[in-house]
Amino acid sequence: MKISKEKFGQSFDALTAEYQVVAPVSEAGAVNFKTAKSFSEVKQDYLNSKLPPKSLLFPQHEKLLSYVKEGKDITVKNELKVGKTVLFGIRPCDAKAMLLLDKVFKNDQYRDPYYFDRRDNTVIIGLACNKIAPTCFCSSMGISPACSEGSDLLLIDLGDSYNVEVITEKGKELLASLGELSELSAQEQALVDTVKSAQTTSKVDVSTITAKLDKMFDNSYWDTLHEKCLGCNACSFSCPTCHCFDISEEVIKSEGSRVRTWDACMAPLFTLHGSGHNPRDKKKSRWRQRMMHKFNYFVHNNGDIACVGCGRCIKGCPVNMDIRQAIDGVNKAEVVVD
Amino acid sequence: MNSIIDDIRAAARQLLADGKVDVVIGYEKGSLPLKSTPCFVRSPQDADKLIWDETCENNLATYAAQTAGKKAIIAKGCDSRALMVLLQENQLVRDDLYIIGVSCPGVIDKNKIEAETGEIIEATITDGKVSVKGIACDKEYNFADVKDATCQTCRYPNPVIVDLKIGGSVEVPQSDFADVIALENKSDAERKAYFKEQMSKCIRCYACRNACPMCYCQECFVDCNAPKWLTGGVDSAENLLFQTGRALHLAGRCVECGACSRACPQGVDIRALSRKVNKDVKEMYNHESGISEDIKPALNVYSADDPEEFLVKE
Repeated sequence: MKISKEKFGQSFDALTAEYQVVAPVSEAGAVNFKTAKSFSEVKQDYLNSKLPPKSLLFPQHEKLLSYVKEGKDITVKNELKVGKTVLFGIRPCDAKAMLLLDKVFKNDQYRDPYYFDRRDNTVIIGLACNKIAPTCFCSSMGISPACSEGSDLLLIDLGDSYNVEVITEKGKELLASLGELSELSAQEQALVDTVKSAQTTSKVDVSTITAKLDKMFDNSYWDTLHEKCLGCNACSFSCPTCHCFDISEEVIKSEGSRVRTWDACMAPLFTLHGSGHNPRDKKKSRWRQRMMHKFNYFVHNNGDIACVGCGRCIKGCPVNMDIRQAIDGVNKAEVVVD
Repeated sequence: MNSIIDDIRAAARQLLADGKVDVVIGYEKGSLPLKSTPCFVRSPQDADKLIWDETCENNLATYAAQTAGKKAIIAKGCDSRALMVLLQENQLVRDDLYIIGVSCPGVIDKNKIEAETGEIIEATITDGKVSVKGIACDKEYNFADVKDATCQTCRYPNPVIVDLKIGGSVEVPQSDFADVIALENKSDAERKAYFKEQMSKCIRCYACRNACPMCYCQECFVDCNAPKWLTGGVDSAENLLFQTGRALHLAGRCVECGACSRACPQGVDIRALSRKVNKDVKEMYNHESGISEDIKPALNVYSADDPEEFLVKE
């Protein structure tokens, strides 16, 4: 079933009255997810956003609570602000990444209200990829350019209209406010089939990586892998699944706030203890941690690899560290069996 | 270019075979079109992976101090200037360093190309032409038109300190601070708007700082939490505070390699700030950093006849 872009655009504009509608917008030379007031602002032909949409649910710098001290009285204010949101146009890799973040921010022991109150109030309209970048490798990570995992509705761009697929109840509810659907023509159906069967050209083999890494903590592979890495956070901050953060106090005189800021395992400060000891004081151990967390620890803890093959870290790295090569390196590494 | 590559490989092979160095730091072919990647060659038989072309954009001096042992470094003009400043600031031991100098034709600004062609699928560089197959379109460029902005204003493409020079010299382009003057001539409001837009893109990943050979502080002011000079907030004002602080810290030390701007995954015009500082340093101290062993860093010298009285108080 399809909806014309004209009708969809009108519904999109109407939704902005009730929802915060976040969509890919071109700003300062890059496409990123921002609040859009009208469908005309939405960038249609984009490969993927420069930065992942994770900041919508997990902002880079977020005030958790604030406080004022007057004499002996302390007033604490919860800073969590939640509104109903529609996230339009995220790619299947990023939608899948949301499912992975869900596992981090909610499990049987805790539920992060800052992330999850927003998450529960967000409807995700995924948009399949008609074009695939040479750095995309989602097909190797258990998804594909038209995968519906993580989306509530999945759209496929047919030129003048979108093919609409309902994935969840939430999606079904939103669909009611989007307008009438009509049947696809045979030609359009053929296009839908093409997009759905598309695979990325770039591929990696992760079939045995988790088991292999189980035996690689002390492997000599880590001695050289990290060498050219500058230790910046470009890869982590552009990764849709990286989720490490730091909590700090920002205080001026008697007023302050507790803030949560993105942090990353590539930075030495991330693991620096108050004592001055740093358990991961070398780039070598930090790169091992990056690979282990994504392809081993996360799998053991949550059942999934924490990489969706979006390729942003490859494009953003100033020294061309390529995670695909790092994966190949693990596959080729010799493991000494006791 | 090919004979330069052969000579670089031969030199690396010989240095490693003779045991004169433990490692040669150079470039190898990258995993993406128009991208090289730094490499560390430790055995003579690996020397053949070294390359040299217009994609060799990283400043390898950044790796000099953090790489143990005796090292040879492939140095363009700007890399050599960085090594010179690091030597002057006692960050490197001259005897542990072997500088293989290569004159630089300038490096490619891949972002400029991708803004038109979309993500690059394939590309070749031949005889000053860059042919690109992109996701959006295919296009052929004259190298001069897609040369990195830094290289267009470079006054030192030829290495200033070498142990071995490979290949001939390249012509030194005429350059002034026209780009800085254009920015200075803007109104306050225009300049503010420009920096506000640029700084809004910064995600504080610190790729600029980490790519910079001169940023080697054990604890950067942005990482210090007692006192906390700035927050982790990523609004334009906080970002500008970081970028301005960094630019001022590089006064009289920046070698204008442009590694900061090229490293930026967000395309922030970081150079605009350091270029302004460099122009001021040139005008006030008639100083350019890292161009001669005899010239001391502008702001690191003490003189009893300093015109500023507070500096010479008994």
